[in-house]
Amino acid sequence: MFPLSETTLRLLLIAVLALPLLGSGAALLPAPPGLRGAGGPERDVLRHGVTVTGAVLAAALLLAAGFDHGQPGRVQAETDVGWISALDVRLHLGVDGISLPLLVLTALLTFLCALHAYVRPPGGGDPRAFVALMLLLECGTLASFAVLDLLLFFLAFETVLVPMYFLIARWGGAQGTPAGRAAGEAPDAAGDPADPAADPGDSAEDPADSAGEGTPGRAAGGAAAAAWKFVLYTVLGSVVMLLGLLLLGLDGGTFDMVALAAAHGEGLSHTSQLLAVLAIGLGLAVKAPMWPLHSWLPDAHTAAPTTGSVLLAGVLLKMGTYGLVRIALPAAPEGMRTFAPYLGAFAVAGILYGALACLSLVREGAAGDLKRLIAYSSVGHMGFVLLGIATLTQTGVNGALFANIAHGLVTGLLFFLVGSLRERTGTTDLDRLAGAAGAALYGRSPRFGGLLAFAALASLGLPGLAGFWGELLAMLGAYQPAEGLSRPAYATFLALAALGTLLTAAYLLQVVRRVCMGEAGQQPLPDLHAPEYAAFSPLAALTVLAGLCPALLLDLTGPAVRGLLAGVAG
Amino acid sequence: MNALQDVDWPALGPPLIAALAAVAVLLADLFLPPARKGLLGGLAVAGLVLAGLSLLPLRGADRATFCLAADPGLCSYRADEFALTVQLIVLGGALLAALLSLPETGPASRHPAAPHPASGKAAAGNGAAGKETPGTGAPKRDASGTGASGGAGEGSLPGGEFWFLLLCSACGATLLPAARDLATLVVALEITTLPAYALVGLRRRGPGPEAALKFFLTSVTATAVGLLGISFVYAGAGSLHLSEIAERLPDADPRLATLAEAGVVLTLAGFAFKTAAVPFHFWVPETYVGAPLPVAGYLSVVGKTAGLAGLVLVTTGAFPGYGGLWGPVLAVLAACTMTAGNAAALRTPAAAPDGVVRLLAWSSIGQAGYLLVPVAAAAYTAPGDALGALLGYALMYAVTNLGAFAVAAHLARRHGARRLADYAGLYARQPGTALALAFFLLCLAGLPPGLAGLFAKVAVLRSAVDAGLGPLAVVTALNVALALAYYLRWTALLFRPAPAGSPAPPRPVPPLAAATALCALAGAAFSVAPQLILGLAPGVLR
Repeated sequence: MFPLSETTLRLLLIAVLALPLLGSGAALLPAPPGLRGAGGPERDVLRHGVTVTGAVLAAALLLAAGFDHGQPGRVQAETDVGWISALDVRLHLGVDGISLPLLVLTALLTFLCALHAYVRPPGGGDPRAFVALMLLLECGTLASFAVLDLLLFFLAFETVLVPMYFLIARWGGAQGTPAGRAAGEAPDAAGDPADPAADPGDSAEDPADSAGEGTPGRAAGGAAAAAWKFVLYTVLGSVVMLLGLLLLGLDGGTFDMVALAAAHGEGLSHTSQLLAVLAIGLGLAVKAPMWPLHSWLPDAHTAAPTTGSVLLAGVLLKMGTYGLVRIALPAAPEGMRTFAPYLGAFAVAGILYGALACLSLVREGAAGDLKRLIAYSSVGHMGFVLLGIATLTQTGVNGALFANIAHGLVTGLLFFLVGSLRERTGTTDLDRLAGAAGAALYGRSPRFGGLLAFAALASLGLPGLAGFWGELLAMLGAYQPAEGLSRPAYATFLALAALGTLLTAAYLLQVVRRVCMGEAGQQPLPDLHAPEYAAFSPLAALTVLAGLCPALLLDLTGPAVRGLLAGVAG
Repeated sequence: MNALQDVDWPALGPPLIAALAAVAVLLADLFLPPARKGLLGGLAVAGLVLAGLSLLPLRGADRATFCLAADPGLCSYRADEFALTVQLIVLGGALLAALLSLPETGPASRHPAAPHPASGKAAAGNGAAGKETPGTGAPKRDASGTGASGGAGEGSLPGGEFWFLLLCSACGATLLPAARDLATLVVALEITTLPAYALVGLRRRGPGPEAALKFFLTSVTATAVGLLGISFVYAGAGSLHLSEIAERLPDADPRLATLAEAGVVLTLAGFAFKTAAVPFHFWVPETYVGAPLPVAGYLSVVGKTAGLAGLVLVTTGAFPGYGGLWGPVLAVLAACTMTAGNAAALRTPAAAPDGVVRLLAWSSIGQAGYLLVPVAAAAYTAPGDALGALLGYALMYAVTNLGAFAVAAHLARRHGARRLADYAGLYARQPGTALALAFFLLCLAGLPPGLAGLFAKVAVLRSAVDAGLGPLAVVTALNVALALAYYLRWTALLFRPAPAGSPAPPRPVPPLAAATALCALAGAAFSVAPQLILGLAPGVLR
């Protein structure tokens, strides 16, 4: 949009990665005298989180503005210096049309999370540690979208684990539902929005119980167990992925993603392509998550605090699909072609499974948890992303990348809203929330209810909102998959995916019916207040924008995807 | 022909200085009055530092000495990059172990360690003992048999003997990687392990002596088996020099071929014991629990590294032609070792007495499995790359494992039961110590921010993938995930809120704090610049 020199862009990208890392370290130190506010050290450090993530967002937006939109297929803001010559690891950074939107999305969501944490201080532990972990998480996710070296990608992938583990285990679970409140009637339990609803003493980790236990999971309740599940699944996936990356790098002769993508699998034997795609795909499929490797996700989402859920759904899941597009697709096209139909089948299974799980959760008397429901809906949405990738076509992969961003925006918004709902009503349990009559949010809290309905509609893929284009393009790709792929198989996938969209619409409308509608006359709930507007409106606005002007994103990803797919089409 | 050999004394510096320091300590122990025995520790530390410094001028050179007069190419001692790196690990490890031992030896000890529960019954009463102020915890068990320690608590070690034995063992371990004939190798290995038996059993109460006996019996059996193998090899090759064996053994009389192969396998078995590879690993947990904590740390790093160096020397040095024989054997050993170690470590309950030591013992077995991977890989690729990965991993492991032992020794001063549960809430009380331990554990697990461990693991896996050892690479990868479970469990414990009513952690003492800080600094340096440890490129061993 406005020209910045390549050096400026490079520095901006380095700043985007370095700021959260430095900020994470700084969060653990006491605040310097000039930065001490009236609210005490806890407010200071939360404000520090807002400042740093805000600076990162500003740098990311500036980077996006300075990005040469005429050549989105070219890697820009490129830095390439040697680091560990023994392992051929180079600090190779850069952005192109595929990574830029994800980078901005990550910066935006983390900033909104920091803002949310500032308004609603997280209960359950030291806020210094919370901010440090959140910034470390941001660094890892941003890095995984910006690095162009296989081993650095692995490093970024692993960096995310420890902070996310602690965010779920320490700040998750019982946050926001003090024992007395959770047991009471939902309408009576309306929390005062001015009062941080979390009770530190009621955090999931009861020290007296858990210290002596052999398995911390059991002692510390659901949160720690969910955190364990998250870490073990992801680590298992990522070490297998590392094997694939090593195979790819050693057989391909370089660990540089750009060089590997340019080679389009030349010099790699068929066997090593197959093995590499299998190993890398498995690792990324755990993260994405692909059915049947998804089972860590609902637990992690349900247990995580709002910040954790938003970042997990909005950003972390994208690392899996991004890796498939960035590494497996261009570097081992033959392997991808072999495995694409299987990927498609699993993707469709995920779409249907996610939708059916949600349908069963939304039934009356199923004691379905809203967070769990959104988590399962993520499995379905990521199924569309994987289906788009599995078509190996320009249309499908572009759709996948679009759906990636859309899912980040919409699901991020949904998790924020559900977090706020829990602050208001003390529960996310659908039965307790809605009962038989419905929670009637339209009447009790009109703007809040309206926004929730908006997010649900965006999630089901209403035309004109962000969710629509990605799924449409993914299915369009499946209608005409890449040459050499079985047309009938993909036609079946298409039909099943279409059925999945119907089921998705069914459960999301059910959610709207049960949560937003209901009998009038119930006690009103506080409506949206200023900080919530600030946190939610950017996501809502971008959802509308992406729905009305999909070209904004597709023009960025299109040329870059064409370059990556050159090997598959041939 | 000159009957008198030219000896390159500077090249011999590291083992020589360690040996001289050992003798000096022994003599000083005789003449120093009991009140000044504290000087012995300083003397030992100084000797180790001096020996380490003597490595500096040898860098980059490939010097050899004790060569045959008839054939100057055949030498018994060679200070090449491999030898120097292992010597650095050994001397550094011994120095750190010495720092850990300082508070436990001699009359300088003001804070005797809390009583060690010899049985389950004692452990039950330990919670109460742990809460008492230091010094009052162990009046009834105050041992009279601690000799030179001059009336310190039962936890203290007899200074003179301890330092002498430690320096002797370090001298042997320093000599070992430079040995280039089987006789020197075996002698060095025995100098390393013989004092170690005594070190393990030095505390005459508690499980120490029994552990020492167990250690001794299994170790001696392994040595005997190894010697038998060496004699077979000598029969086949007619020489003890590694390079001569490498040349002649494959061309030996065909009638001796079976004997030669049996010799190769038996020699390997002898060395595999020292690295605590499965199935020779059963002595490890008992021995570590019975030994004083610093000695356990010493064995886990120095003993293991020395055994590994010996294994590398015989495999890639003496039997390169038999790669098809020892490659698969070592690959299977590596896979079994890491799986057994990690699985057992995973099952260590947090509340059990000595859980910390047991966990560290089993985890060190798991780590030995990773260390064997590049050795196995060396059978199939150019050994230089694989050995580079091995040395890098060994350096990382030495630093982080001893760091973990340093923190464990620190906490054991208050929590004599050495339970994992004692670590709950450490961050709230001593953030620096907790962060250091978390860093060490994450390095051992190979997770960021422990980048040194992460890249060392990548290097090890890379060597396996490079060698085409696909199944071994997969087993290793799965083990990394498995090991993460217990390392992260321990790390998570540190950041819990401190349990109410638990005793505060002990005040830091300078030697332990210095050791922790040294390890943390080295680990941080290796994390920022992994090239430091992974850039080592030992050539082909000759």
